[in-house]
Amino acid sequence: MNSLFPTPADFLRVLPVLILTLFGTLLMLLEPLTGDGKGEKPQLRWLAILGLALAMAGAVIAYGDPGPAFNGMLLVDGFGTFFTVLVAGTGLLTVFCAQDYLVRERQENGEFYALLLFSIAGQCIMATANELIILFVGLEISSISSYILAGFLRDDKRSSESALKYFLLGSFATCFLLYGVAWIYGLTGSTNLSVIHYTLGAAPVNPRLLALSVALMFVGFAFKVSAAPFQIWAPDVYQGAPSPVSAFLSAAPKATAFAIFLRVFMTAFGSVADQWQPLFWTSALATMVVGNFAALRQNNIKRLLAYSSIAHAGYVMVAVTSHSTVGTAAAMFYLASYAFVNVGAFAVVSYVAAKGEKHLSIDDFAGLAERQPLAALVMTIFFTSLIGVPLTAGFFGKFYIFKAALDAGMVWLTVLGLLNSAVAAYYYLRVIVVMYTHEPSQAVNDLEPASSGLQIGWVTAATATVVLGVLPSALLEFASRAALLR
Amino acid sequence: MIPLPNLDVIAFLVLATFAVLCGLSVILQKHAVASALSLVGVMGALAVLYLMLGAEFLAAVQMIVYAGAIMVLFVFVIMLLNAGSEQKSNRPRYFAYFAGIPALLVFLGLIANFILRELPNSASVQFGAFTQGGPAPVGRLLFTKYLLPFEVTSLLVLIAIIGAMVLAKKEID
Repeated sequence: MNSLFPTPADFLRVLPVLILTLFGTLLMLLEPLTGDGKGEKPQLRWLAILGLALAMAGAVIAYGDPGPAFNGMLLVDGFGTFFTVLVAGTGLLTVFCAQDYLVRERQENGEFYALLLFSIAGQCIMATANELIILFVGLEISSISSYILAGFLRDDKRSSESALKYFLLGSFATCFLLYGVAWIYGLTGSTNLSVIHYTLGAAPVNPRLLALSVALMFVGFAFKVSAAPFQIWAPDVYQGAPSPVSAFLSAAPKATAFAIFLRVFMTAFGSVADQWQPLFWTSALATMVVGNFAALRQNNIKRLLAYSSIAHAGYVMVAVTSHSTVGTAAAMFYLASYAFVNVGAFAVVSYVAAKGEKHLSIDDFAGLAERQPLAALVMTIFFTSLIGVPLTAGFFGKFYIFKAALDAGMVWLTVLGLLNSAVAAYYYLRVIVVMYTHEPSQAVNDLEPASSGLQIGWVTAATATVVLGVLPSALLEFASRAALLR
Repeated sequence: MIPLPNLDVIAFLVLATFAVLCGLSVILQKHAVASALSLVGVMGALAVLYLMLGAEFLAAVQMIVYAGAIMVLFVFVIMLLNAGSEQKSNRPRYFAYFAGIPALLVFLGLIANFILRELPNSASVQFGAFTQGGPAPVGRLLFTKYLLPFEVTSLLVLIAIIGAMVLAKKEID
């Protein structure tokens, strides 16, 4: 009985979550005491940055003593630590990139930072969850704070629409996930992923009911990663949400949703992979096609990035489909590189869009290189990485994913995926061409220089993109070691 | 003579049908208060099902918290907002008729097919076999094995409160 009570080691392993919760609460408590009357709250901003940095350190410290925590609820391993550090880092970048936006819209307050930290706390739980109940609670913490962040500009109709759509469709998808969890519990008598893995491997369970429960859980997860045919919410949500929030939503929650996706399907359902692989194959292809071809026709830059994020979810789905350690490592590398790129790209978008996010069409980016060369340069780095040009992180991300797919013998999916990325080059290059060759637009002429916070944010993201593109081996080696899920 | 099914099987079928019908009524009613009252029906039926399965603590909590407190708040809010019957849109819903409803029927058909095929050769629930549903065993599990989810749920509630505040607060300017 005694062993059921938490030990100090248990608390050490949830250190990042403890730190984030503590700082989130602290932000709420200090919120009424801060502010300089001009709508800026730099103290809270720095407190959030400190909390996120400490959470990253906490994740590394927790990894010093890996193992299960709280009766197998969580499993601190390399895989979980990778995603914990990734989401905390994404949050850090988001805080830097959001600063300008929040001050401009007079919305810099403790609630924003607290919700961001709580959301990341939920994602840290998801990343290390090894049990379906805590996985669900973590997912809900992350999702509900995301819904609120999407509707953070309460008086903006677009923001409210985004939050409502996200909330209704998200809750609906969660029901499917829960229903699948209930069936799995009925079939195997456990919600612990390791036990489910063992039970499914040891004795044959009813194959039809297993297929039903796996399909239901697939629906729930596919919604969260915006994989086709459950991608319909993404463009509306990313378009309506405040740009920094769109940046965060397309990076951190998506990365951890893929983390739980990978963990559940690699461990618990690993022994029945031949049954779910065709489903994933179809979904991966559909996601790439829908994302890329819809993005070709977009004129709104946020919608374009939203469709591009669907397409990139398709590439990661290819890695999941390959069902191998190489595939998992490739997915981890891809999600990390994609997080930097997307937060950076949305930061440039929020900069050009200016007050009230008025300038969001691609033509508004005309001549950015002439007036704001640094912004145009980093945007070019992000977009070349999204295309997958060599010397950027996106190139190695795609390379490893398609290599894993070929290793798994999925030649057709690889060929179709490569054709898709060729199509994608068109809409990314279009933006780059507009930035460099056209006469400056009114929107670009009116731009004030970017604040130092924003510059730190996008320069860091661009540097990370280039560094991962030149020296991918260190991160990839860690990912390969961590990708051995049990 | 056909043997009569067990009394608890009859009770289960009646309650389950009632719960599903009330659930349909929640989404089909035009008036918000009628939807809320249908939801009370769902929760009441579920509470009795929990009780039959031996989860008496869960049944009591379901009645007190959900059917009691939460539904009262729901109805309060609906009354305060003066929500009348829903505005009917005149737009014909082709998408619902030609894609949504067939897809739903196929989905339901598939699930029914699964269940009818598997029903004869699967173990059935023994009503009354489970006796660990009292407050003491539930509490012991919550504070030992499920301590972390239980504690972390408090974070979820905190986020909900912050969210309500963010979305409902007045502009101070």
